[in-house]
Amino acid sequence: MIEVIGLRKSFEGTEVLKGIDARFEPGKINMIIGASGSGKTVTIKCMVGLIEPDHGDVRYSGRTVYGLHIKERKKIRQEIGMLFQSAALFDSMTVYENVAFPLRMFTHQPEKQIKERVEFCLERVELSRASQKFPSEISGGMQKRVGIARAIAMDIKYLYCDEPNSGLDPVTSIVIDRLIKEITVEYNITTVVNTHDMNSIFEVGDNVVYLHKGAKLWEGHPNEIMDSEVPELRDFIFASPFIRNAYQHKLSFKKD
Amino acid sequence: MLPFTDFGKYLLLLRNSIRRPESTRMYAKELFKEMNKIGIGSLGIVILISVFLGMVTTLQTAYQLIVAWIPASVIGEIVTETAMLELAPTITGLVLAGRVGSSLASELGTMRVKEQIDALDVMGVNSAAFLVFPKILASLVVIPMLILISTALMTLSGAFIGNNSGIVPYHDFVAGAIDIFKVKVFILSMTKAYTFAFMISSISCYQGYYSSGGATGVGKSSTRAVVWSCVLILFSDYIIAQLFL
Repeated sequence: MIEVIGLRKSFEGTEVLKGIDARFEPGKINMIIGASGSGKTVTIKCMVGLIEPDHGDVRYSGRTVYGLHIKERKKIRQEIGMLFQSAALFDSMTVYENVAFPLRMFTHQPEKQIKERVEFCLERVELSRASQKFPSEISGGMQKRVGIARAIAMDIKYLYCDEPNSGLDPVTSIVIDRLIKEITVEYNITTVVNTHDMNSIFEVGDNVVYLHKGAKLWEGHPNEIMDSEVPELRDFIFASPFIRNAYQHKLSFKKD
Repeated sequence: MLPFTDFGKYLLLLRNSIRRPESTRMYAKELFKEMNKIGIGSLGIVILISVFLGMVTTLQTAYQLIVAWIPASVIGEIVTETAMLELAPTITGLVLAGRVGSSLASELGTMRVKEQIDALDVMGVNSAAFLVFPKILASLVVIPMLILISTALMTLSGAFIGNNSGIVPYHDFVAGAIDIFKVKVFILSMTKAYTFAFMISSISCYQGYYSSGGATGVGKSSTRAVVWSCVLILFSDYIIAQLFL
């Protein structure tokens, strides 16, 4: 479980996070949604330790991250996997080497054991055939899948995904969403997804946190999101004519 | 205040980069990769400039010294000493600042803007140590070697052109070169080589590591890396010469 307690962050006098509180349960896909500039990425970066918050705390299964000795913090970080918006694969390494990287860096496993684990992870994301290719030789969707394989190479307990569908076509987006869902349930991982992809929210989300101008305005299940009374959230959700029409259709269907 | 902030960040990066590695095997692999990239990658340009500088220095020295009462071996002395003291360390240093400095800064800058450095940090890897330390160490091993090669090539090409153009016979040139060789001059040359190697690599890594602003930002970092490396090479060249001579 991940607990976020009173997270505040300012950049050059501008308050970007205004005291975010949230709890993210294991085995569930927890989504942080909000318009661009709402503080989603800063929240995630504070949670993984890339940005130090001004106030507040982040606890991983009760263990606080900030104020810990660098060695202790490293241990927690090794339990965290992250899928970046750009996949962030190392250009100079092949797909195989990218996935093997954390194993070679943090474990003393023999190369044979590393090979088995890498092959298993690549098989899991259906990319065994691309193992000897370089990131520049594979598609954006495949890069995201390699990113997932690299994230699960170590026995992670927490998975962060920063806009996993950005730049992907709808079909590939669904593939990535389902893969994240399967992995979350299979390994009982606490997954936090930062997105504004409405399809992902309804397709795989278990819990949604809505951020607006650095503050948490709403939290709940995706099924409840349509009936929310928060005007900012309604504006955000119904910005898409497709969803607005679908909702009106649903309402008229209920009346009938 | 900005220069002090930058200097502070530079020192912090250096401090973080000398922390204990997570995996010695991976760091060693990275070190050899960098040594190959910096050393073998720069060998061609170093050979080219050294050979031409050696030949030009010999011709120009001879042009100024062709007087009956000056022995021909003096040309060998001047070319060798100039190569050791100034041309090989400084000119090679400046060329490497362009060749190696821009490459290190743009590599790290691209990794920064493509979130690859963030990925390392999230994994728990000390990105400064993993990325910066092998580059600085590789430069400290390889750049002085390149400067030694450059010194040798300048002297040899000078002797070759001197002999072939009939200005100074081989044996006179070599006699002059041997005569002028002093340990003090060699130490001074190597002091410059190590100082320049450290400056080129650490400044370029600093500029690349803290890149921001996408492709334009990487370009700016790369330019700053080369400009600052060149300025500091010239400045420290003077300081070292003043201290030693």
